[in-house]
Amino acid sequence: MTDAAYDLDKTVDARGAACPGPLMDLIGAIKSVDSGAIVRLRSDNEQSTTDVPEWTEESGNELLELVETDDGYDFYVKKA
Amino acid sequence: MTEEIVIVGAGTGGSVLANDLAERLDAEIDAGDVRVTLVNDSPDHVYKPVWLYVPFGKRESEDGRRPLSQLVDDRVDLRIDRVIDVDTDAKRIEYRDGTGPNEYDHLVLATGSTLAPDEVPGLREGGYDFYSEDGAEALREELLSFTEGHLVLSVVGTPHMCPAAPLEFVFMADAWFRERGLRDDVDITYTYPVNRVHGNPNIAEWARPKMDERDIAVETFFNAEEVDPDEQVISSMEGSELEYDLLVDIPPHRGVDLIEEAGLGDRGWVEVDKHTLEAKHAEDVYALGDTAATGVPNAGSVAHYQAGVVGQRLASHVRGYPATETYDGKTLCFIETGMDEASFVEFDYENPPAPAPPSEKLHWSKLAYNEAYWLTARGLL
Repeated sequence: MTDAAYDLDKTVDARGAACPGPLMDLIGAIKSVDSGAIVRLRSDNEQSTTDVPEWTEESGNELLELVETDDGYDFYVKKA
Repeated sequence: MTEEIVIVGAGTGGSVLANDLAERLDAEIDAGDVRVTLVNDSPDHVYKPVWLYVPFGKRESEDGRRPLSQLVDDRVDLRIDRVIDVDTDAKRIEYRDGTGPNEYDHLVLATGSTLAPDEVPGLREGGYDFYSEDGAEALREELLSFTEGHLVLSVVGTPHMCPAAPLEFVFMADAWFRERGLRDDVDITYTYPVNRVHGNPNIAEWARPKMDERDIAVETFFNAEEVDPDEQVISSMEGSELEYDLLVDIPPHRGVDLIEEAGLGDRGWVEVDKHTLEAKHAEDVYALGDTAATGVPNAGSVAHYQAGVVGQRLASHVRGYPATETYDGKTLCFIETGMDEASFVEFDYENPPAPAPPSEKLHWSKLAYNEAYWLTARGLL
């Protein structure tokens, strides 16, 4: 699935950022949007593939999809 | 025509760079071909690591202050002023008092971090920090009279200055209360926003068992959302709450507004090539230290190494040579693990940190470096 399938409210591009930068960028974006909004996080940090699912579960937000891209990963997260 | 190099900010990065350029471009400066201007909005240089020791009564805030005029080479044009606007298309700068050159050929932004406690409701009223001079002194007043209760140290956001300092604080607090026979009456809890006790997995893996051994409670995935100063409760966006008697927080950090207004990056951090430190959204603009969004820690050693890289690159530009020096992410850091022992880490973009076994020798090495720091600021060490 691509981002065209989602009605994105915000994209955070954290490619190039070291850990925990991508997750902190996602958390900051989730804080700034309304409930139900969808945020895309772009990261090329392998650690994000475990950090982001664990945090979304812990925080009650929903990880809709994790897509592997040519240069990293796109995470689609819906704010609870 | 004189080539203008303007450095904004005289913390570690800006001061080391200015002194580095004075040496490298000695002949060009003497001939009037180059002018190096260093602009800072305070006449003092501040060595912030001293603040970690102030709450425990080990150092005084003024130990971390010296006049820039004593540290900066006479060949540098030092201006005490504030830059209020940068136009990177026109390569122009505006000053609050108008004392510096308005046009630049090369601009270096070394404006550092500022604290933004107001981003979390109640944090300013409910918490204490050791990330500012006033904060460290206020915390000292509280800590010296704190003999029982729950001390919570909450890392509210990253990036923040000196990523090791929150760990150092709880290790030092643990040892300090033990030495005074109060540890059984003081509970300590450490909170961190991600699922480990430090952003770097290697340092987290090293630190966590030490916290468990010392009965330092840990709450991970704790992103502070609100503080109730009356009820003395801090709550997280993950839905947990902690009651505290003394809250020590690492407040959210930002860079200066000037950078976002100039279109150079979000929240005051300049988007740069992490090897060349050149701004991605403007020509002839560099950023270093906390200001540069490289992903490496906001630490003095980083600013120090980056200043050497930018100095070499600027000197090459001035002389018409290709700039060859690049930054490899090198970071050095001492980590206090008690009141009389410390560890040490060294790492870069490719090589992860492997903390050294804590020892008294490393603790004294850290204190010795703190004394020798003024040689670093002067470009001698």
